[in-house]
Amino acid sequence: MDQGGQTAANDSSRALLELRGVSKHFGPVQSLTDVNMSAPSGMVTALVGDNGAGKSTLVKCIAGIHSPDDGGHIYFDGKEVTMKSPKDAASHGIETVYQDLALCDNLDIVQNMFLGRELRKGLFLDEDAMENAAKETLASLSVTTIRSIRQPVASLSGGQRQAVAVAKAVMWNAKLVIMDEPTAALGVAQTKMVLELVRTLADRGLGVIIISHNMNDVFKVADRIAVLRLGRMVAEDRSDKFDRQIIVDLMTTGVSTRARSEDALSGAEGGAH
Amino acid sequence: MATNQEDIKATADVVAAVEGDPTAANTANYFEVATFGEYVKASIAKVKGGDSGILPVIVGLVIIAVIFQSLNSNFLSAGNLINLLSQGAAYILLSLGEIYALLLGEIDLSIGYVAGVAGIVMAQLASAQHNWPWWAAIIVALIVATAIGALQGTIITRVGLPSFVVTLAGLLGWQGVMLIILGNGGTLPISSNVLNDLANGSLNTVATVISIVAIVAIYAAVVMTREIKRKRKALHRSPASLAYIKIGGAVIGGVALILISNANRGVLVPIRGLPWVVLIVVAFVVMWTILLSKTRYGRYVYAVGGNAEAARRGGVNLARVRTGAFALASLTAGAAGIIYASRLRSVSTSLDGGTLVLYAVAAAVIGGTSLFGGKGKPIHAILGGIVIAGIDNGMGLLGISAAARLVVTGLVLLAAVLIDALARRSKTAR
Repeated sequence: MDQGGQTAANDSSRALLELRGVSKHFGPVQSLTDVNMSAPSGMVTALVGDNGAGKSTLVKCIAGIHSPDDGGHIYFDGKEVTMKSPKDAASHGIETVYQDLALCDNLDIVQNMFLGRELRKGLFLDEDAMENAAKETLASLSVTTIRSIRQPVASLSGGQRQAVAVAKAVMWNAKLVIMDEPTAALGVAQTKMVLELVRTLADRGLGVIIISHNMNDVFKVADRIAVLRLGRMVAEDRSDKFDRQIIVDLMTTGVSTRARSEDALSGAEGGAH
Repeated sequence: MATNQEDIKATADVVAAVEGDPTAANTANYFEVATFGEYVKASIAKVKGGDSGILPVIVGLVIIAVIFQSLNSNFLSAGNLINLLSQGAAYILLSLGEIYALLLGEIDLSIGYVAGVAGIVMAQLASAQHNWPWWAAIIVALIVATAIGALQGTIITRVGLPSFVVTLAGLLGWQGVMLIILGNGGTLPISSNVLNDLANGSLNTVATVISIVAIVAIYAAVVMTREIKRKRKALHRSPASLAYIKIGGAVIGGVALILISNANRGVLVPIRGLPWVVLIVVAFVVMWTILLSKTRYGRYVYAVGGNAEAARRGGVNLARVRTGAFALASLTAGAAGIIYASRLRSVSTSLDGGTLVLYAVAAAVIGGTSLFGGKGKPIHAILGGIVIAGIDNGMGLLGISAAARLVVTGLVLLAAVLIDALARRSKTAR
């Protein structure tokens, strides 16, 4: 929100989330090596990479599920933070929407959105307050396709479930929302709905990190793209500096000598090692 | 509101709204239905979608009533109906306990003999030997039962063993404990009048009317306040006519219960009034309904049964929720054991906890509780328990052998599980 539009993309010193030299190994396996990355407010940052590139590990480091190796730094909102658990991350305002969404099919939308953080009046649940808050959040995200807020999640379509999971995440004053493959397994129309939702989040001033395999989606929604390859960040820049072919080159070989047709820019070399 | 009806039919069509239906934003008020007609439609859609609720068991009850009444006109007599309720009370209570385990997607096989142990503890303490007051005997018996459940629950959750195995060990072990205390073929009589009256005594006719009227009035008040409050705050609610139908049903049921309770059912001396045990069962059902639907703990029980991983990520302490559920299951089983002992005026080695627990599971599932976790309500125990007691009682009236009754009960259980499994399949197939 305090970012100035396009300039923020490069002005990484003022980004909402800043990773500096983050590494992570599991036993002898080095999953992440010296990763720098930033995610500004009000922008969608796409994190792309081949299978095993370390996208999920990186996201889990941000979400507090893994703790990175010593030596790296994570800055959030200008302060250095250490996240030891998802609760720590949530207390900073970082919410993650996992691919499996973590929704209870047998509970309704309101119940899912408040799961683990129910509001109470005395001993009993305050259903009215929860219903109102859930309704407001969904409305603020322009989620208009849900018929009843009291229907079980089992009866929702894939896109609606994604919307509920996102609403659940942002309801708690999230500043940064991380989404893991939000459009995987969705049809065309549902994908469109979810991408619009992602855009809405960024327009509301939140930082969004989205992991995706789908280049169509990435170019449709992302303001910035970060490319991981074998645990290293090989490129990170505004998305108009890339095209599909450059991304594929970066993901597979780590470099791209291709020029983008419009501005003949070699966006990748700076990040190659 | 006009668009609501189409929406009900076509959840998949929601996409159309995204595509730019300008009215969608205005009509998306997140209310499910506004009129009774839409409610009925939505309910039918639910049944088709696999969420059958209590419909099958209501249909089953009607079928049972029609069949047995046409074969033996005594079946629906006041005396037999009251008899059926008090016969079914122990099953219903056991089944209420089992619902806690089933909601988690677990099973508790031990509660039949936990009930037996609770009955023994109560009978022992109240016997001439110890001479405790009846209420103290009941409290200690319930505490012992709860402790057993908490112990088993702790083993299941902390060590991570399957509930099936741990409670199977409980089934064998607590049966052994019962036999040790009672001795071979032993019987422990209950001399306390109060304890015997729990299952055998009745209120007088005036108290019957007062208590049933009070229960119906409280229910109606709760339904109406909720309706009015949610209407005022513009929150999601069912159509108003449904509230009237619920209240009307409760009034009709209450009047019927007063009439059959207060009809003379004695053979030699007149016996009238509502059995105590009906009130005890209602009290447990109300308590557990409030716990499960109005408190955070209850919400977590459903969440763990629906998706334990989602609950864990939400910060729910899975071990505590699960252990608590097994403790509550055993507590309820303890109450069932006390009622069972009271009904027989004794505890003896003839108590077959193995069969009892299977009946309890059967009653819960027949009533509409899912074996797969996350779906079920305390009211299901009443409905399922009445079905089982009704089959037992009706075939008993017809003089059909116990063997044949087992076969029929087994078939009914199979049908109930089949409905549950089919409902689940059609749900996931979507």
